[in-house]
Amino acid sequence: MSLTLDQVRKVATLARLELPEDDLVRMQSQLSAILDYVAQLDELNTDGVEPLAHPLPIQNVFRPDVPTPSLLPNEALQNAPKREKGSDYFSVPAVFDSDEPVSH
Amino acid sequence: MIELTATELLALQASGKASAVEIADAFLAATQAREPKLRSFTSLDADAIRGQAAAVDAKRAAGKPLGKLAGVPVAIKDVLCTKGVATTCSSKMLKNFVPPYDAHVVERLRAEDAILFGKTNMDEFAMGSSTENSAFQTTRNPWDTDRIPGGSSGGSAACVAGCQAPLSLGTDTGGSIRQPAALCGIVGIKPTYGRVSRYGLIAFASSLDQVGPFAHDVTDSALLLEAISGHDGRDSTCVDQPVPEYRKTLNDPMKGLRIGVPREFFDKGLDSEVEGSVRAALKEYEKQGATLVDVSLPHSKYALAAYYIIAPAEASSNLARFDGMHYGHRTAQKTDLIGTYAKSRGEGFGKEVQRRIMIGTYVLSSGYADKYYHKALKVRRLVKKDYDDALATCDVVMGPTTPTAAFKAGEKSDDPLAMYLSDVYTVSCNLAGIPGLSIPCGFTKAGLPIGLQLLGKPFDEEKLLRIARMYEAATDWHTRRPKV
Repeated sequence: MSLTLDQVRKVATLARLELPEDDLVRMQSQLSAILDYVAQLDELNTDGVEPLAHPLPIQNVFRPDVPTPSLLPNEALQNAPKREKGSDYFSVPAVFDSDEPVSH
Repeated sequence: MIELTATELLALQASGKASAVEIADAFLAATQAREPKLRSFTSLDADAIRGQAAAVDAKRAAGKPLGKLAGVPVAIKDVLCTKGVATTCSSKMLKNFVPPYDAHVVERLRAEDAILFGKTNMDEFAMGSSTENSAFQTTRNPWDTDRIPGGSSGGSAACVAGCQAPLSLGTDTGGSIRQPAALCGIVGIKPTYGRVSRYGLIAFASSLDQVGPFAHDVTDSALLLEAISGHDGRDSTCVDQPVPEYRKTLNDPMKGLRIGVPREFFDKGLDSEVEGSVRAALKEYEKQGATLVDVSLPHSKYALAAYYIIAPAEASSNLARFDGMHYGHRTAQKTDLIGTYAKSRGEGFGKEVQRRIMIGTYVLSSGYADKYYHKALKVRRLVKKDYDDALATCDVVMGPTTPTAAFKAGEKSDDPLAMYLSDVYTVSCNLAGIPGLSIPCGFTKAGLPIGLQLLGKPFDEEKLLRIARMYEAATDWHTRRPKV
């Protein structure tokens, strides 16, 4: 099954990966080869087979609802790519354009 | 001293013949001398290592009780979080990431007084079979430095085989412990899914990942497995089941052992020298009274295809967390929010990681999820049933760990599919969630190690180790060390 360059571009957008054009072109042939390989599963009849997402037969795992220590704000922030000096906040790019009305 | 096993190093300290500091210094010297050739480590802090060793010596001098790994250096794959020590996954994305907490297995090592001996190189985010996908360096095989050590835990395998550390931890999602163990001539174990906590293991494919030991021999592997196994409430897939003292029963050979030999593992694609060594190992078991049983794993030929749908699918979801907001690489280019995500990920991830994210995103996307992802999950059920059926008729399934011995650096790095095929005998174990281990069983004429793979029922590690030890006790492959 071969992918078109547009499909590769669409998947890259979905995956939030900005890639140079020549990477996308290389990806097109590599992904097509991999999809061709995995297409061999089509020869197998799996009607009525229950999917297996997980090897253990465990269902829900509960624990008592007891508060336990978590990271201190400073620990949680120590790897932030950007943070406001002296604050307990991560600094991120603007989500909205400044002239766009924001509803609350 | 550097060629000794962990068990021997413990005995040296107990008898007062060597201190933990002397041991640490010996391995630091070896690492310094060999690192230009092997490039096993992403980071190593000699002062911190000497400090830990001195603390163990002081504890011993004060007559305080010591853990079961006291004074033994253990190298740690750089995918396991170490508090205050950079944990990079050999990725530009996490180049500057310093975790504020320890992985469960790292806590366990500290509790047993092990010396945390550096972080080891790997394929970026554990995706690869040669360690060539590291963003930083390519680790080389100590038996032939023109060749790769296997992957993704290549640094952990090379540092033990190359006597830079007696023990190390790796992770195995589709063979990433067993394959490099085989290619480097050491022992590597992928425990049963749920045996070891994944807390603090940076996730690749959560339903397949498992942490496990590398060591020179079965006894040392049993020791390290004992230390890291056990329940941890912070990983809800970690099963609350007692951990046997594996070393206690290790030297009791199994009577009436039945070995399943899957015909599918001896099919085309298997190198004749590898097959010869594996067949000779099976003969040795027969000599010791074992019965060989012909078994079939009819769906194993589909396991690799199912794996290369399921693992990338889970990876694409797990790696969505790397968005450049809370930690990890953020692009310096000015753009909007979505642009920041996309540029950060485009810059921070290497090519193989991007490829897997793309495959995973595609097979989970609307309109294709049934055709690929759900289909693969059904095949996974069939692969698991094959093992259930086979292991109902025998104690262990045996075959080669890899189709060939170590290949040359660069040989497969431009052909992802050829690289994937080196996992052909190891991925089904992860899909089924069963334990598997690789032990050395010979060398090719060119002097490259060959691995024998043992696969067992869930939580049957104790039996697998005993069976592995039967072969090891009759052979001397595990005592050989490469000239680096």
